[in-house]
Amino acid sequence: MKLNHAAVSGTEDSGDVFVEIAPGTGTLEVDLTSKVIRQYGRSIRQAVGETLDRLHVTDAHVVVKDKGAVDHTIRARVATAVFRAADQKDNLPWGDL
Amino acid sequence: MSNKNRLRRTLMFLNAQRANLVRDGYIYRPDSVIFDLEDAVALSEKDSARVALYHVLQYVDYHGVERLVRINGTDTPFWQEDIRAIVAGGCDGIRIPKCETAADVEKVDEAVTKAEQEFGQPAGSTLLFAGIESPLGVHNALELATSSERMTGISIGAGDFKGSMHAHYREDGAELYGARYALVMAARIAGVQCYDTVYTCVKDFEGLKKETQLIYDMGFDGKSVIYPRQVPVIHSVFTPTAKEIEKAEAIVTQLGSQASEGIGVFVIGGDMVDVAMLEGAKRTLMLAKAAGVYKGAVQL
Repeated sequence: MKLNHAAVSGTEDSGDVFVEIAPGTGTLEVDLTSKVIRQYGRSIRQAVGETLDRLHVTDAHVVVKDKGAVDHTIRARVATAVFRAADQKDNLPWGDL
Repeated sequence: MSNKNRLRRTLMFLNAQRANLVRDGYIYRPDSVIFDLEDAVALSEKDSARVALYHVLQYVDYHGVERLVRINGTDTPFWQEDIRAIVAGGCDGIRIPKCETAADVEKVDEAVTKAEQEFGQPAGSTLLFAGIESPLGVHNALELATSSERMTGISIGAGDFKGSMHAHYREDGAELYGARYALVMAARIAGVQCYDTVYTCVKDFEGLKKETQLIYDMGFDGKSVIYPRQVPVIHSVFTPTAKEIEKAEAIVTQLGSQASEGIGVFVIGGDMVDVAMLEGAKRTLMLAKAAGVYKGAVQL
């Protein structure tokens, strides 16, 4: 999926995650901050990576500020940011998520 | 698993926009939750709430609590994508807001059928519920209750209805008697369930209990809920007393044996009983079982 511009999703409320995504410079970069990065950093990165992979996003800069979100919330916020950046509002690929 | 006749004493709204609410709404043990994509969600977050809800439906185990979704109205640009998302996610049913005519239900039915095919869900597995919130909707309650094979229940939304009627709140609920009777009667004719509106004074549990007793006595199957602590109060009203359970059990067991001997009318505890009371007695035992106060041998 081609990103047209930067977009954000989520919040910095407890139990949520804030995601900012922008078109990249030829690679995929993920900047992650989280209070639980030592325990869950790897699984958060995995959720972000898998979601981007399923949506065929290979060139992007992603900032993830985790506030204790569970796995499915992270996946949802990343997907929302991608759809917003790609200006895709309808006919979303639900079966691929 | 979902089915049309399951118990729905409480249908608790959860704002689909709030990540920490929707991930564990089942812990309050309502019979059903209604994830809300409509009024509770800000216009700028309709897309985000929809994506979050899809993931909740896909990944969160609700431990047997039925998962319904209130979609955006069919007069908005959101409802069709709402349906694709939640049918793909595997919701149990859809509450359609602001229903006024059968056409409102029919177009949702058509979109649901298409989505079930697109995402490989069993045909006809997504149930429909009509939210009635206007004088025209109340007037057409029977038309709405019979508008689709998927139709499972109709509900009254009092806020908008009272506004349209120029009515004012009364403690005894007099301003809603007509609408409530119209709905429960339409539901009984159509063979679907009927649910009452939310009780908005969230800390007035005595008032909630009174209102729930009123709608229980009128024949409603359940009540919409906006605050988790309302759930046990409503369930307590829908829990039959020991005396009611004893009588219901006697009716169900004795009607079978008496009927086989050709007796249609007999007396239990001084009260005349006939076959017309069988359905009500079974329902009493079903409510008692759900509340955990009946473990008798009668099979329902």
